[in-house]
Amino acid sequence: MFKIISAVIGRDLKLAMRRQADIVSAVFFFIIVVSLFPLGIGPEPDLLRKLAPGVLWVAALLATMLSLPRLFADDHRDGTLEQLALAPHPLGLVVTGKVIAHWLVSGLPLALIAPVLGLQFDLSTDALVVLTGAILLGTPALSGIGAIGAALTLGLRGGGVLLSLLVLPLYIPVLIFGAGAVDATVSGLGGEGHLSLLAALTFASLGFAPWASAAALKIALE
Amino acid sequence: MKDRFNLYRFASPATFYPLAGKLIPWFVALSVVFGLAGLYLGMLVAPTDFQQGEGYRIIFIHVPASWMSMFIYLVMAGWAAIGLAFNTRLSGMMAQALAPTGALMAFLSLWTGALWGKPMWGAWWVWDARLTSELILLFLYIGYMALTAAIDDQRRADKAGGLLLLVGVVNVPIIYFSVKWWNTLHQGSSVNLTKSSMAETMLWGMLLMALCFWMYSIAVALMRVRTIMLERERHTDWVRAELGANSSGAAK
Repeated sequence: MFKIISAVIGRDLKLAMRRQADIVSAVFFFIIVVSLFPLGIGPEPDLLRKLAPGVLWVAALLATMLSLPRLFADDHRDGTLEQLALAPHPLGLVVTGKVIAHWLVSGLPLALIAPVLGLQFDLSTDALVVLTGAILLGTPALSGIGAIGAALTLGLRGGGVLLSLLVLPLYIPVLIFGAGAVDATVSGLGGEGHLSLLAALTFASLGFAPWASAAALKIALE
Repeated sequence: MKDRFNLYRFASPATFYPLAGKLIPWFVALSVVFGLAGLYLGMLVAPTDFQQGEGYRIIFIHVPASWMSMFIYLVMAGWAAIGLAFNTRLSGMMAQALAPTGALMAFLSLWTGALWGKPMWGAWWVWDARLTSELILLFLYIGYMALTAAIDDQRRADKAGGLLLLVGVVNVPIIYFSVKWWNTLHQGSSVNLTKSSMAETMLWGMLLMALCFWMYSIAVALMRVRTIMLERERHTDWVRAELGANSSGAAK
């Protein structure tokens, strides 16, 4: 089981490394969106500190959305996906591998860059640590839930916009608990409760979402 | 031996189409009767609320619309589950026929809520847990309709939409509770709608209006499903016969 997952992860990472521009552009999208907010609302540190968790999280949701359509599209175009579906391994495991690989190239870089952006918003060290932890914990759930949307919209016209329409409402719990963890830390309540719920969401979506995506892929490939 | 009555016979569009046609007038009539009775009780008989005055009477539209918006989503998910499990054609059609009504109900619920909120709370919109979840429910309806509209192949549209509905139905409680906790953590519930006791006539008026909305939703969904059936089955003999009979009837 782990052999299949790790084989898929290795393959997807290799493919991603050959097209590094995609990863870099998603990260820069994140940076640019976050940097636009102070320009829009003014440079008062108090206001920025209050807005930082929400702004960073919304930008993270959008940056994840940006790379989702390619999750299955390339494999679908060259026929790899059909071969994977025909293979004797359960398709859900293959999708699990793809989701993890997607997180490694889209979620992980966001978590690494987030503390630097948090500094721009004058967040305290505690808040920065919690912010990084929350993004690390929450982005796998985004990749997992997003995979369902990517599979449902595979090969449709206007797939990207449709994908955001389907997936963004489902991202709301992750947004609430992710931003809530940082908020709670800033206000001195402690973010552990939020982080636990975020971890629960991540594990639940990593467990279930790949199988739902696999069902959606089978519908798309019929 | 006589044929036993078999409900599954109506799983085929060819047999369901005339049945739906026969049922629609009944549901329309029931909807009108319940609606008139409910409006009479709600607008004329029910006493004026001592806190909210006459403004509260929007409850007779607002609450039934909210109930229907949630219930229709569940029914659609139920049809989706049946459709995915037994591969029946009618289930997907029913889910698609219900979606616009559900979205309409969610929209009505938000709209009447805003109209109610302005005089009572002094704001068109507050980020209350219930309002927010209703808004998200509307987003889910719109997402479903956008997905099924984007897929040309009807079978795929049914199945993909069904899967989305099932994923949505699992998520609805999660979204609801997360919004609720988010709301209470942020500002504490500023709005409390729980009433100590409701006048009996108010309750009856609301129930009658809810029945009226039920009958309306069923009637409209049946009308829509008939159209969907004709559109999808246009290559079959029974649709040709049906349309031929209609057009010749109109020509006479």
